[in-house]
Amino acid sequence: MSDTLARPMRFGSNSGQPLTRRDGIAKVTGAATFAGDNSPEGLLHAVFVPATIARGHVTYLDVESAERHPGVTCVLTPQNRPPLQGDPSAKPTMFSFRIEVLQDDTVRYAGQPIALVVGETLEAATEGARLLSPRYEVEPVRTSLDDNEAFGFEPAGFGLPAGAEHGDVEAGHAASAKSVDVTYETAAQYHNAMETHAVVASWDGDRLTLDMPSQALMMSCAGYANFFGIPPENVTLSSPYLGGGFGSKAFVTGPQVLAILAARMAGRPVKLMLTRQQMFGPVGHRGATRQRLRLGIDENAELTVIDHEGLAETSTFDDFVEPAANASQGLYAARALRSTHRAVRLDIGTPGPMRAPGEASGSAALECAIDELAELAGIDPLECRLRNYAETEPGTGRPYSSKALRECYSQGAARFGWADRPLEPRQVRDENGLLTGWGMGTAFFPAPMFAAEATATLRPDGTALVETSAADMGQGAWTALAQIAADSLGLPMDKLEFRAGHSSLPDGGIAGGSGHTATAGGALHAAGTDVVQQLGQIAAADPASPLHGAGNGRFVARESRIYLEGDDTRSEAFADIMARTGSAEITGSGSASRPPEDAERHAMSSHGAVFAEVKVDPELGQMRVTRLVGAFAAGRIINPRLAESQLMGGMIWGISFALHEEAKFDHRSGRIVNADFAGYHVPVNADVQGLEVITVHEDDPFVNALGIKGVGEIGVTGTVGAIGNAIRHATGRRIRRFPIRVEDLLAG
Amino acid sequence: MPHSITLTVNGRAHEVHLDDPRVTLLDLLRERLALAGTKKGCDRGQCGACTVLVNGRRANSCLMLAATLDGCEITTIEGLSEGGDLHPVQTAFIENDAFQCGYCTPGQIMSAVGLIAEGRAGDDPERIREGMSGNLCRCAAYHGITLAVQEATRRMAKDEMEDAA
Ligand code: FES
Ligand code: FES
Repeated sequence: MSDTLARPMRFGSNSGQPLTRRDGIAKVTGAATFAGDNSPEGLLHAVFVPATIARGHVTYLDVESAERHPGVTCVLTPQNRPPLQGDPSAKPTMFSFRIEVLQDDTVRYAGQPIALVVGETLEAATEGARLLSPRYEVEPVRTSLDDNEAFGFEPAGFGLPAGAEHGDVEAGHAASAKSVDVTYETAAQYHNAMETHAVVASWDGDRLTLDMPSQALMMSCAGYANFFGIPPENVTLSSPYLGGGFGSKAFVTGPQVLAILAARMAGRPVKLMLTRQQMFGPVGHRGATRQRLRLGIDENAELTVIDHEGLAETSTFDDFVEPAANASQGLYAARALRSTHRAVRLDIGTPGPMRAPGEASGSAALECAIDELAELAGIDPLECRLRNYAETEPGTGRPYSSKALRECYSQGAARFGWADRPLEPRQVRDENGLLTGWGMGTAFFPAPMFAAEATATLRPDGTALVETSAADMGQGAWTALAQIAADSLGLPMDKLEFRAGHSSLPDGGIAGGSGHTATAGGALHAAGTDVVQQLGQIAAADPASPLHGAGNGRFVARESRIYLEGDDTRSEAFADIMARTGSAEITGSGSASRPPEDAERHAMSSHGAVFAEVKVDPELGQMRVTRLVGAFAAGRIINPRLAESQLMGGMIWGISFALHEEAKFDHRSGRIVNADFAGYHVPVNADVQGLEVITVHEDDPFVNALGIKGVGEIGVTGTVGAIGNAIRHATGRRIRRFPIRVEDLLAG
Repeated sequence: MPHSITLTVNGRAHEVHLDDPRVTLLDLLRERLALAGTKKGCDRGQCGACTVLVNGRRANSCLMLAATLDGCEITTIEGLSEGGDLHPVQTAFIENDAFQCGYCTPGQIMSAVGLIAEGRAGDDPERIREGMSGNLCRCAAYHGITLAVQEATRRMAKDEMEDAA
């Protein structure tokens, strides 16, 4: 982050350590520039008008009043919106969603943009938007899972997940000595990164410059270019910082397209920042689910079958079905496994991936259902999970690339004090008479890789420049990726200049799916290694070098020296090699992705165990998570400080899922009634106490060259179930609907 | 109706000509005074991202109309470490990893500075959690935030004692 820091670095050196964030000073001084902080010369402000009905047509907009308002420069409606080259209903790539860009007067969900007002000031544009006073022709709405018919589908692309089936499911049911048949529900949730979606767009001829938070810079460039009929390379996108993403900032959105269009029409830069309320609609969400789990065990409490059916909401016009049932694949050693998905079309914005898509909702239900079985069998929940420990991937029999889940269970249980847990529920009260319960859940998340590229340039002065368009949305890419690059080049951190977050750099891929550190880090590692091999070869060819003649070997770099691998007696300093050869700079490039044969050979996942203590007021039903211990095995941890923060963040998302978050619909109007931070609850500081994270050592020689899995999402999984199970243990009540509310505990 | 007010922002007096009575303190800072360090998370007093100090007390700047603040003294995140040395709260935030994306951070830090000045929480974690609960963090860096405020509180108390001695 050297290019944006106003002050010299005082924190952050020594590769391999739990470094503090390299962008720390920028972030604590207000110098970190988020998209909406930019105000180029001649800036106009845009505000979009969200539909206040969920289905029907806009019949009237008071354009005249809006246009007359002082300072309003343009009112964009379906009547006057200039043509766009891209078709908003098309899905040109796997990750494209259908969007609303004023293509007609139809309203498909509440919060959909129905007009855009541009003004000289934010105040003028805001008032102009209000003055439009839309009128509608309203049609009946469908916003609950029971409001429309469920349908099955052929798996396709990104939004229509394939299920899976292994073994004889019917035989598994028949063979069970005991079984549960339970249905769990999870609520619709909205990402709500603290930074709302924003864009500052300026045009210069057919060149477009965007300041915009993006989890996938190159994909965003191509996506927006498509709408304006320009080649992707004409788009310059800067996204040095994202104020949180959680899956919502990887895709093209309608409001952002409209702001870019407004900038082109005005010939001036335009800024659009969504309001908090506008985050509940056009920018994705985690769809509500209803999941039926039918699980059977034999006399030894070994699973004969896991049969997991997911029902999820999607919009009337596009497909993103929460792949919740797939959370039951890959984890427990059931003799037969089945995951199926169905969907319901509702008058809502299209759902999308939100932190641990599928796994979060699926794990919530699965981990509770496993506890229900343990209770039936009369055994401890941890014992039940150990009896069903999968040594190889269930169904496929593939070996895991690594799996230290047993260690997660034992270390987490020891730290938590799990051994003292009474088997029966409602046994323990604390000194204040609060019901106290302990629950656990297994955490599980795949370790994918995408594709990324990077370059590294070693300069004659002994410093290096490394570049990739990676995005830091808070996970710590600025720091962890720089650490990887410094290691591969054998340089201390202060000799490294790291550039990221800009579309002019090599494609850093997607920051998502818990695969960014492995992927972008892999590319940086490869680029650094390339430089080191080049430098080694130069030395090997030089009779004056101690490495002369070693050209058949491989080279490694440490502390600004090149060594012949396996022979520490032969080495030479970078500076000496470069000084002698007079070579100006050495540039290497690298890329990373997972070879398909590697993916075939091993099952690759991160694992963990989460233990929760919950206290419940017996009269009032108030619940508080008072302790939460998570032990996670996620391959090699590049920076323990940042990894622990991410894991904790994920676990707090688990608290949120279990006890707080829910978009509440008025099913008559189809509007979300709690679409702001007063009504849509996320945890505050006072909701979080007694949090502990253990990172369990795991060496993984197969997952990728660096042995990295990923920690971004796994913290959410396991935690939700652990809290649900702790509430059961505290109160004797089994609530099968998330979030669990006071009224659920008070009811009958 | 144009309206002029005098504001002291981070120690500098500003003569502000308001051509629009609707401008909030937050938008004044961000859009008109080029002080975008203060963030907007909700624009209606529900998240704390816009926290600044007004006459030494923490306030949600999105809820204040600039026109009502004639003569006030405002401190924003940009004014906390003038001269190049970080404020103890800023240092403690870095050392305790009290943020991830950093978007809520200016507000958290200003809120922490205000809380410490209020002297109501001391270094008691439960009171700090309560006192910091007007500031949402979606990345959920709360564990680090509480540690950072505790640490800064102690450091500042120690510095004060040393200064007094
Ligand atoms: S922006 Fe002021 S409280 Fe949220
Ligand atoms: S650090 Fe991201 S919202 Fe607090």
